[in-house]
Amino acid sequence: MSFSGNTIIDELALKFGGQAVLSQQLTQDKITTFWISKDYLVPILKYLKNEISGPFKMLYDLTCIDERTRTHREGQPPSDFTVVYHLTSLERNEDLRIKVPLKDNYTLPSITSVWESANWYEREVYDMFGVIFSGHPRLTRILMPKSWQGHPLRKDHHTRATEIDPFSLTDKIREDEELNLTFSPEEYGMKRQSDGSDFMFLNLGPQHPGTHGLLRLVVQLHGEDIVDIVPDIGFHHRGAEKMGERQSWHTFIPYTDRIDYLGGVMNNLAYLLSVEKLGGIEVPERASVIRIMMSELFRIASHLVWLGTFAQDLGQLSPVFYTFSDRERIFDIVSAITGARMHPAWFRIGGVAHDLPDGWEKLMQDLVNYLPKRLREFDKMIMKNRIIKARTVGIGVFTTEEAIEWGVTGAGLRATGYNWDYRKTRPYSGIDQFEFDIPLGKNGDCYDRAIIRMEEMRQSLRIIQQCINNMPAGHYKSDHALAIPPRKDKTMTDIETLITHFVGVSWGPVFPSGEAMVPIEATKGSNGYYLISDGSTSAYRARIRTPSFPHMQMLPFISKGYTIPDLLSILGAMDFVLADLDR
Amino acid sequence: MNHILIIVGVLVLALTIAAGLIWVERRLLSLWQDRLGPNRVGPLGLGQVLADMIKLFFKEDWIPPFADKPVFVLAPGILVLTILLTFAIIPFGPHFYVFNSNIGILFFLGNSSLGVYSIVLGGWASNNKYSMIGAMRASAQMLTYEVFMGLSLMGVVMMADSFNLNTIVEAQKGGWFIIPQFIGFVVFFIAGVAETHRLPFDIPEAEGELVAGYHSEYSGMKFGMFFVGEYLGITLISALIATLFFGGWLGPSFLPPFVWLMIKTFFFIGIFILLRASLPRPRYDQLMTFGWKVLLPLALLNLLITGAILIFLK
Repeated sequence: MSFSGNTIIDELALKFGGQAVLSQQLTQDKITTFWISKDYLVPILKYLKNEISGPFKMLYDLTCIDERTRTHREGQPPSDFTVVYHLTSLERNEDLRIKVPLKDNYTLPSITSVWESANWYEREVYDMFGVIFSGHPRLTRILMPKSWQGHPLRKDHHTRATEIDPFSLTDKIREDEELNLTFSPEEYGMKRQSDGSDFMFLNLGPQHPGTHGLLRLVVQLHGEDIVDIVPDIGFHHRGAEKMGERQSWHTFIPYTDRIDYLGGVMNNLAYLLSVEKLGGIEVPERASVIRIMMSELFRIASHLVWLGTFAQDLGQLSPVFYTFSDRERIFDIVSAITGARMHPAWFRIGGVAHDLPDGWEKLMQDLVNYLPKRLREFDKMIMKNRIIKARTVGIGVFTTEEAIEWGVTGAGLRATGYNWDYRKTRPYSGIDQFEFDIPLGKNGDCYDRAIIRMEEMRQSLRIIQQCINNMPAGHYKSDHALAIPPRKDKTMTDIETLITHFVGVSWGPVFPSGEAMVPIEATKGSNGYYLISDGSTSAYRARIRTPSFPHMQMLPFISKGYTIPDLLSILGAMDFVLADLDR
Repeated sequence: MNHILIIVGVLVLALTIAAGLIWVERRLLSLWQDRLGPNRVGPLGLGQVLADMIKLFFKEDWIPPFADKPVFVLAPGILVLTILLTFAIIPFGPHFYVFNSNIGILFFLGNSSLGVYSIVLGGWASNNKYSMIGAMRASAQMLTYEVFMGLSLMGVVMMADSFNLNTIVEAQKGGWFIIPQFIGFVVFFIAGVAETHRLPFDIPEAEGELVAGYHSEYSGMKFGMFFVGEYLGITLISALIATLFFGGWLGPSFLPPFVWLMIKTFFFIGIFILLRASLPRPRYDQLMTFGWKVLLPLALLNLLITGAILIFLK
């Protein structure tokens, strides 16, 4: 087969022979997408990671699609389940989407030998779709409980609890579930004793003040030194991706708010950018700037929560009150503009819900004038405190290579000194029109991660100031037919618009079939919605790539050899949200 | 008869202050943290103390089935007992004391060493991994800090030429010991914070790490005893600092001696709470390093210099 124009596919075809690459697929997001046979999977990925010039070092995402009920598959190889590998080359600033079709036999080789970070992703695919990865070190459920029947993201699995018999919690079920949670070191190949002493297995969580939510870490301890950690996640899993297949394109927006629940409209942005790519919707300039302004506002709100809890993890009691009261000021503005606080669900397909209220400039300007002084205080109180420094400098260190290997994005990656921010490298929503700097660290330790977030707040304030000064006039929502709900001014005078409005609101807009994903620089790292439309009123598949998932997977790797207090520093500086981790 | 009155008086005083500190600490913390704190129960929220006590008394006093029952029950008692005993040696006024002991300071040091047993036994008997780690940390921390807690006081003892706290107070008539014994004061104060496991030395309970450390399994009044024990400890250390370095009940005569001691004591209680409001928690090995490598040499140096000067002056 010959493929015109794409050098990578040509190179692969040349190297591995014509039958390695099955076909190329065009997607709305222009990410190079092609299908390969599973026999060539491991060698091709190895080649792309290690040998090609400008290598694809990062496994950005790994997911799966149940294709069995999909109708619009023109030009794609026959497949029941398609495993999708999303690779990123930071060097080239380019992505690759590689698809492997599985027909009848749902087994394919594991790529954990190429990327260790594939471990959790493959477990997730197994858990959700029942695809078997041969050669995986421990292919067990990860998000669902051990006792779960079936694989939730399969199309034949029920969506709502009302579709099955009523559930009742008997004593037997409760006991079995508790038994399922018993930790057995042997299952993980861990020893109970070292040469001279017994190891202690400390069960940190799911209820623990230091884990910021329902996270369970089983820590293998030698004295207070950490030998190994087994994270047990999934307690916060709510099936957001399954809901994405159930809700209409429009009604899924409020669910996205609750993924990274500290990020508010930042989640809307990640989702809507992909939706708009699918529909080919151009967002008016004013709407784009409003979106940027609100997203950056939420970045500050999220970082303030992080800062307070980070200090609290290190034993400082007071900052959490100061940062939360400043966050309240932000929420005052958010509620004045959107009518809600933490989860405004305010962005709409093609724009935002309504225009900015009168007097928004003053509210915003007051905040922009107020916060720098507070940030200086926090700097003095927290970042310059010698005990905080002693607790975080040189703790939880990882290098740029390790960060890329594990799929770390956001402040974690930048703390290693690597200049990578999706706002600069893949500008979206017109953010390239703004002036701001990307703070970088040197050592890749907890302190650098923290100091970067402090500086990011200042840079966000800079962006907001530019939004206030240069808010463009114009509409807050696109005129595109798929922009739902449409602006009201025409609806009452024009029958065509009225019909579109009626259909769009009652059934939801129908998006053309295709695939799109736009990664954004969310509060905690890179967030992206990989949306597949089958020409219907809802997504055929809504994959949510969140930053907390790869970051948490890295935890055992960066915590070994440190002590329990250090583990709390590492967790505190990681800035994760459980809903973002488990979805 | 008079003596019994004093004993009861001191007991009531110590317990009242400790219980009142529940309210004082919460109000002061909230003042520094931009919030109000408990202000609903009674005037200024003072009834909160009563409400908290009623709550503690009536809560289910649960002993975990896996715990070592006799030790589990005994442990909180030891803490309160040793601290209350130490109040006996504190002179509240010229003739207002329970026990005019010639070995007052040694009595305090001995009792505070016994107090460690409470935490270690409580953590051990709970049969819980978090409690165990907390207890281990407590014993390591106490071992470190007991050493120079005693040493830091030797300068005062040398200057007053006595272990008797009454004599020490009398000896400060010419000037408080805080000036010649400044290093001793700093070391004793830090050791005192460690002794009461208050932030930044609360690593045996380190909330974010060990849930509640050695008293994770305690509930009801047994937890209440650890809770009150901590406040009793703060009161005791503050009273001792006032007595040993700030002239105790000495002060201008427009206020009675007892009031002077209380003013000084409450000042240091305030400092304890301020420390909690402002400082993060170091790692326990950093704490240990600080103890052995900085404070111990400092205490020894202080001892050496004081001794040399005293001999020189003779």
